[in-house]
Amino acid sequence: MDGMSLLTITVLAVFVGFEVVSKVSSTLHTPLMSGANAIHGIILVGAIIVAGQAADPWVLAVALLAVVLATANLVGGFVVTDRMLHMFHARKEAGTRQATRKADGK
Amino acid sequence: MNLLDPVWTSLLYLVAAVFFILALRGLSSPRTARRGNLIGAAGALIAVVTVFLSSRLENIPWILAAIVVGSAVAAPVARRVKMTQMPQLVALFNGVGGGAAALVALLELSHAGDPWVRLAIVFTLLVGAVSFAGSGVTFAKLQELMTTRPVVFPGLPAVMAAVLLAAVAAAAAVVFTGSLPLASLLLVLGLAAGILLVLPVGGADVPIVISLLNAFTGLAVAASGLVLGNVLLVVAGTLVGASGTILTRAMAAAMGRSVAGILFGAFRGGSTAGSTAVSERPVRSSSAEDVAVLLGYAQRVIIVPGYGLAVAQGQHTAAELALALESRGIEVDFAIHPVAGRMPGHMNVLLAEANVPYESLKEMGEINPEFKTADVALVVGANDVVNPAAKTSAGSPIYGMPILEVAEARQVVFLKRSMRPGFAGIENDLLYEPQTSLLFGDAKDSLAQVLGAVKAL
Repeated sequence: MDGMSLLTITVLAVFVGFEVVSKVSSTLHTPLMSGANAIHGIILVGAIIVAGQAADPWVLAVALLAVVLATANLVGGFVVTDRMLHMFHARKEAGTRQATRKADGK
Repeated sequence: MNLLDPVWTSLLYLVAAVFFILALRGLSSPRTARRGNLIGAAGALIAVVTVFLSSRLENIPWILAAIVVGSAVAAPVARRVKMTQMPQLVALFNGVGGGAAALVALLELSHAGDPWVRLAIVFTLLVGAVSFAGSGVTFAKLQELMTTRPVVFPGLPAVMAAVLLAAVAAAAAVVFTGSLPLASLLLVLGLAAGILLVLPVGGADVPIVISLLNAFTGLAVAASGLVLGNVLLVVAGTLVGASGTILTRAMAAAMGRSVAGILFGAFRGGSTAGSTAVSERPVRSSSAEDVAVLLGYAQRVIIVPGYGLAVAQGQHTAAELALALESRGIEVDFAIHPVAGRMPGHMNVLLAEANVPYESLKEMGEINPEFKTADVALVVGANDVVNPAAKTSAGSPIYGMPILEVAEARQVVFLKRSMRPGFAGIENDLLYEPQTSLLFGDAKDSLAQVLGAVKAL
């Protein structure tokens, strides 16, 4: 792809990035940051390409290190975000449970 | 393998990019957040499968083995980490992502014929290395492997300036010559800059720095996409860079800080450094029974949870105490400061883990006017977020941060481990006020004793 198209895409992506998170409550700041953190783990794709082109063993070794690090970022990032968000879900259930208990009590 | 033709490859990358946008959008709203994260993971899976199917790759068994190793290390850690330690884990994952981007850029240098491509390479190298080393230092601070206080030494600004100048010179040389040794030197200078950037940041500001480094890694990934000519990396990296910047500003605003002030405050003369003066003034310490009487005969109690509660794993006991008080007809709420815990929104996550009902969690703006009507404000393991110095003392490092107005309540009870100041390292004058009493001890033990005493009333 030529440089101009890449630049166009980059600039548009900046605006999408600004817009898409412009209104987020402070409750979700931590999960959102963690989720965004997982997304940049997609550098794994770049690491795979570089490792796949490596002919020299040293280059391959460094590239494989990059693959390990990128995978840790990608997999770990999504798992930890899911754990955080799971708790928000659990909280809603607990809320209704207690509401019912209160209603029963009165 | 070369199973896919380039059009299909581009289309699948486009699908993955759209999934990432939907993921960020989903994560911005409580109802769709979990689905958003899963959409992001699906997008990542599509992208990784696509790269295997579409590029002519050697060494596939090695690559798969490396992916297995990375997953086998990260997934169990992510699944088992205590929620109180989650911020440092996010910092760690962010750092290794930045490190991966820097390594990719280093290896691509020998293929780069164009100075523009080499410009993108030096950018990725430098920013990736800053993010890697900076995240390492934030991890060490949050894990308390090193002091959480700002680390400053005379000549720090000069050293930082020298490192940055050397980095710019090395970067320019790499752009014009493509020299690998100079690129390695640039990597080392980037690591040094990352360490120097984060060392002077005070403990309470560390979460904002994690968010900032997260945006940095995004930018490094975007630049590596320019190097490889990979649109997906460009879009995903740019999205994270842009949204991370907005998020960093939002977090800083919630704490009443400016990002520039956090990063350069210490360079300008230690405005992020806490006061070291420890007062000898007397405090009123109390017993669990006294606290139980205060709580048990109140009309309205507001519980202010802080990091100390989370560390002691006292969420469940706090929830039980709230129930016990409610069964006596007392109105009980939890007042959640936006940055209670270690990160914005962290306390909500921790209390959700303890099944504290959603309706009892009140945000700062909602609860602050109600402290006037509260008989008792019970502050459990929180300090900085209720420190009136944020309003009254212009020289204080937390000056300007919005606080929970517990001083307005008729009685204030602190459950504290010791007189040690909070994460920001500043003394809290409220501790010495006449309406304040203190119960010393581990938050969970103290809560359990108070709970027992309330039940015995």
